[in-house]
Amino acid sequence: MANDPIKQFKITDIFTIGGEGETGGFEIAFTNSALFMVLTVVAISAFLILSTRGRGLVPGRLQLLSEMMYEFVANMVRSSAGTEGMKFFPFVFSLFMFVLVANLFGMVPYFFTVTSHIIVTFALAMLVISVVIIYGFMRNGLGFLKLFVPAGVPGYVLPIVIPIEIVSFLSRPISLSVRLFANMLAGHITLKVFAGFIVSLSSLGAVGVLGATLPFAMTVALTALEFLVSALQAYVFAVLTSMYLNDAIHPSH
Amino acid sequence: MASKTNSAQEAAASVFPPFDPSTFGSQLLWLALTFAALYFLMSKVALPRIGEILEVRRDRIEGDLAEAERLKQKTDQAIQAYEAELADAKQKAHNIAEETRDTIRADLDKKRAKVEADLAKKMAAAENDIRETKQAAMEHVEEIASETALAIVTNIVGRTAQKAAKDAVAKVVKG
Repeated sequence: MANDPIKQFKITDIFTIGGEGETGGFEIAFTNSALFMVLTVVAISAFLILSTRGRGLVPGRLQLLSEMMYEFVANMVRSSAGTEGMKFFPFVFSLFMFVLVANLFGMVPYFFTVTSHIIVTFALAMLVISVVIIYGFMRNGLGFLKLFVPAGVPGYVLPIVIPIEIVSFLSRPISLSVRLFANMLAGHITLKVFAGFIVSLSSLGAVGVLGATLPFAMTVALTALEFLVSALQAYVFAVLTSMYLNDAIHPSH
Repeated sequence: MASKTNSAQEAAASVFPPFDPSTFGSQLLWLALTFAALYFLMSKVALPRIGEILEVRRDRIEGDLAEAERLKQKTDQAIQAYEAELADAKQKAHNIAEETRDTIRADLDKKRAKVEADLAKKMAAAENDIRETKQAAMEHVEEIASETALAIVTNIVGRTAQKAAKDAVAKVVKG
């Protein structure tokens, strides 16, 4: 199938390091996924570092863009996690930029979408939750467990509320990772399917070409929607990260 | 390129790629490496630099605003000082004009008084003179008249009767 909608998610080795010829756990493969992770990081770093090279008092266009990114994330962290949360600002900023640029790279034809793999989003979500748990216990000690005991709830409801709170906490990494992964995966599959319709319909002759305008219009609209989803999911990921970090800083509700 | 791909990957060709565990290790490894690099670059280079730029700009703007405020206050002070000075100068000018007028008037009054006094003195002296002259003249009138009458009578009569002439004159003068 030329337009197999799943093929775009396939991971292929570009080259491998070590373990030449020997299959096993010691072989390190540099895949298309890894390539786009590297490209994402290089693009973000190059843009932010080069655009602010001049350190202009009056910013140029690119410098202004970098500053806007900075202030956008800084305001987000400050409003959800408070001033104390600003120590996690580089972390949230890195997450936001990584997800955003990886998503946007995915919109370029023939580019691989790093965030369309559950293992990547799950790893990022686990990283967030690990930071929350580790910092939460470091800062509050056992007081961090107050997170599961909402203030102002009558004692007789607590046996019901506490398990719910624990389950909701444990489901956070799953919801955080699945939300991003599923959005990217579904969006790209839909896009591919509709784009495939154009090709297969237009091969049916004049009527087919006429009919192909419908999926074509749909593909255009979906492309716009996917750009929106790319930015929105990066934003959601970063906002939720900030809110979870807020829980680590202020465990009592 | 992927000619020597391992059998695990070939077997997993039918597996939905995002759920293919054989790729997890590689993805996790590269994600860890790239994200660590990104975090390092962001926290050590890019973000401090942008933060510094924003800080410097905010300081600059605040400094400029403070400077503008200071200059404005200075201007206000200067305007106030100017107005006070102006009012003072007006008052002074008014005072000087008043003083000058008073001086001139006083001087004038003094001079006039002096002139008037002088005039009065001269007038009195003149009146005195006139009175004295008149009195002297009156004294002489009688004598002249009697002499004149005597001369006339002598001329007419030929002889003189001095006593009678004197009496007659006296009678006329009295009458």
